[in-house]
Amino acid sequence: MMDKEIVISVKGLTKKFGNFTAVDHISLEVHRGEIFGFLGANGAGKTTAMRMLCGLSFPTSGSGMVSGYDIISQAEEIKCHIGYMSQKFSLYENLTVWENLNLFATIYGMNSKTIKEKTDVAFKTLGMENVQNVLVKEIPLGWKQKLAFTAATLHSPDVVFLDEPTGGVDPSTRRKFWEMIYRASSEGMTVFVTTHYLDEAEYCNRVSIMVDGHIKALDSPARLKQQYHAKTMDEVFRIVAKDAKRSD
Amino acid sequence: MNANTLKILLKKEVSLIRRNPIIPRLIIAMPILVMLIIPLVTTLDVKNVGVAVVDNDHTELSRRMITDMNASEYLSVTGCYLSYDEAFLQIEIGKADAIVTIPKNYLRDLTNGKRPELDLKANGVNATKGILGTQYATMSIAHTISQWQAEQGINLPMAKSNAMNFYNPTLDFRNYMIPALMVVLLILICGFLPALNLVSEKETGTIEAMNVTPVGRFEFVLSKLIPYWIVGILVVTVGILIGWLVYGLVPEGKILNIYLATILFSLVMSGLGVFIANQSKTILQSIFMMFAFIVVFQLMSGLFTPIASMPQWAQYITYAIPPRYFIEIMRAVYLKGASLADLWIQYLSLTGFAAALCFVAASTYKKRA
Amino acid sequence: MSIFQSLIKKEILHLLRDFRTIIVVLVIPVVLLLLFGFAISTEVNNVRVAAVVEQHTNETRHILEQFRTNTYFTFKGIIPFDEIENILRKGDADAVVIFRSELGELKHQIIVDASNTNMAQTSTAYLESVISSATGIPVVTNTLYNPQLKSAYNFVPGIMGMIFILICAMMTSVSIVSEKETGTMNLLLVSPVRPWTIILGKLIPYFLLSCIILTLMLILSYTVLGIPFSFSVINVIWITILYVILALALGLFISTIASTQVSALLVSGVMFMIPVVLLSGMIFPVENMPLVLQWFSCIIPARWYISAMRVLMIQQLPIKYVLTEVVVLSVMTMIVLVLAIKKFNAKK
Repeated sequence: MMDKEIVISVKGLTKKFGNFTAVDHISLEVHRGEIFGFLGANGAGKTTAMRMLCGLSFPTSGSGMVSGYDIISQAEEIKCHIGYMSQKFSLYENLTVWENLNLFATIYGMNSKTIKEKTDVAFKTLGMENVQNVLVKEIPLGWKQKLAFTAATLHSPDVVFLDEPTGGVDPSTRRKFWEMIYRASSEGMTVFVTTHYLDEAEYCNRVSIMVDGHIKALDSPARLKQQYHAKTMDEVFRIVAKDAKRSD
Repeated sequence: MNANTLKILLKKEVSLIRRNPIIPRLIIAMPILVMLIIPLVTTLDVKNVGVAVVDNDHTELSRRMITDMNASEYLSVTGCYLSYDEAFLQIEIGKADAIVTIPKNYLRDLTNGKRPELDLKANGVNATKGILGTQYATMSIAHTISQWQAEQGINLPMAKSNAMNFYNPTLDFRNYMIPALMVVLLILICGFLPALNLVSEKETGTIEAMNVTPVGRFEFVLSKLIPYWIVGILVVTVGILIGWLVYGLVPEGKILNIYLATILFSLVMSGLGVFIANQSKTILQSIFMMFAFIVVFQLMSGLFTPIASMPQWAQYITYAIPPRYFIEIMRAVYLKGASLADLWIQYLSLTGFAAALCFVAASTYKKRA
Repeated sequence: MSIFQSLIKKEILHLLRDFRTIIVVLVIPVVLLLLFGFAISTEVNNVRVAAVVEQHTNETRHILEQFRTNTYFTFKGIIPFDEIENILRKGDADAVVIFRSELGELKHQIIVDASNTNMAQTSTAYLESVISSATGIPVVTNTLYNPQLKSAYNFVPGIMGMIFILICAMMTSVSIVSEKETGTMNLLLVSPVRPWTIILGKLIPYFLLSCIILTLMLILSYTVLGIPFSFSVINVIWITILYVILALALGLFISTIASTQVSALLVSGVMFMIPVVLLSGMIFPVENMPLVLQWFSCIIPARWYISAMRVLMIQQLPIKYVLTEVVVLSVMTMIVLVLAIKKFNAKK
């Protein structure tokens, strides 16, 4: 795993809002094809860090590369090579399922023939052939999330960023969602996922645990458990995050 | 600039506008409402000014004054009262707007060559009504007296009204309002709607999903503006049609000049709308910013009240109010048949504002925080 | 009671956090008052006039001198006959007077740009009176209540009528609907807090904001705009408070029927703001409107409020002259409140 190509590398990344340091000098590297879990309590700074990686927000200091481009000066190039799905469900509710996918795929520069082929496959695997022309606001939340994931990965990006993708859905839907993540990973996409469901951490190749803007631990789940003499990731997390000051 | 991206974004905007429960109805209802109701309401011609008369003279002349005033289409005599106090009560209870007092021996003094004075008091609570009411009353009385004098064989040189009314010979105030009302339509549709649209994308979070894609900000901003320009042109067309069908008003000048001004002004308003949306986090914020602009725009642009009546400092401010130029163009083209050559300053100013605001709108749109 | 206090505190904090909007809300009334007070006027006080003179005589010189010196005119110079059309079309002059000598007698003709009819009529009247200054019927004109005929006097009640609708009805409805949209309203509704408490907690901060604005406007009206101060101010205040409550109830009612912020906005905008500006007699006199619209204006609360304010603030008459208005406003408040609460409870 170690000699694989590095897709995301970050050094001393910091974001301050006034006096408040949301992200405090974090450094990490993610390899191609890896599923990287970005853990932390609410308010630990996960989303802020991820927004900087996606070119949605300027870092206060520090540097980083995503997919070979600089996160400060080449944000627009990065955006061509990533996919992003946020905790806040963000497809257009008043567009149909197909219109949403077509919209995002076209923006990523795919031609209409490829879009047709790819969406046909996607609809088949999702079992959503019948709802193609239904408005997104009328389909259930679990489907919406699968759809958002499809919209973020249809153009086969280098990295797909998932910000708490499974918030608010039932366990069986969550499992199915992780199957989609595995499939994407097996196709060579790097998956960078934030979550606070610690059972999901077990599914990742490596995880980092963020506490109060710092990365307090970073390794594979197995080695972290060994290091902290814990049976589950849940225990690991409780040990690492016991001094946390920020939480809701 | 990527044509494919722009095309798909436009398609998305059009679908969203079509599926919106309110906006399509608004686009149809607005011009009809504005063009049908506002011209009926916004007339400054004061009619039916109530006059209370205190007749202390009781002569043929004084009675004729009263009948003539009552016959005038602008005045109506509420009654003759014995004392000033009684007449004043009529003002207090809101029945009358002005009191005319005819002094004792008015006729005798007038025949004797003295210049007796009539007393006219107007209720100044409504300033317009006050001014015009006294004017009408004075005119009516002057007319009665000169007529009477002529009958008596006294020939005083009297100004005969010898005025030609250019451009609006029937003196219909509506003809003056209708061309300018397009400004109300464009302010609301090209200014408010894109702003609300953009801010609601912020509130629902879809803008985030857009910002994280490689979509260019010019394509994105344009996709927000173009549909409303088209809607703006449609709305003005509906407005022109209503003006023609309902009020029989057709532009004296070229329709093309009207559309040119419409396009320029839509650019100004939509640029402003997007600029405000870029500065706002919530719908409420954008509404109030927009509202502040709209109030100042509507009041200072000469839409309802003439710019010439403003004090000098306020007139200077109006040069910075884009609708001022649009209204001038619309009125001049509609009523006077003015050409581009006559109005090049106005067109140029609008172009300047349009370029500046569109530039500001696109450059303040940030994909990153 | 502490739940109630914390709800109000939450709402006030929420309002204050959006500092820019508060500033705009406070500044709009001030700007409106000043604009109407000092900038906007419907009277014609500057007629730009040009002249065509065939032959100069003492008489024409005398009249032109009048144009130059009279403050109501701006003299644009003597122009050749064929320039008339041009100067009017460009809008460089409002009227042109042509002087012509016929058989030794001076004749004149006035050509006026009648696109603005109001301006045209008044300009003609002014010009006529200057040209034929010899004859005049001495009429002494006085104005009651508002001797300088300042428009500001007239507009103050109108602006108040508009601002309170804007703040109370529009802001409250949009803010309640925004809580519905984000789901925090449901959070409150399922909590043990009584619905009444929630509603009051929402409304009281806007009520306070309105009181601040009322104070601001009264101070400005009585100082800068110079409306004479008297004890009727107490009546002004309590009737305004009644109107504010009515507007808040309207806002609450809108929030129960609208599902999105934009629709709340459009409903309150279309149903209240536009009629308030157009039909309440703020700029355009109600008597001039077609009868149907005059009847329609009766269901607009602002019309009654504005008419009451005119009587109290400008005419300074005692309260008994506005009894009808007060009764109508009170009845409207009751009806809207009952409807709003019924709807609110039904939704729950």
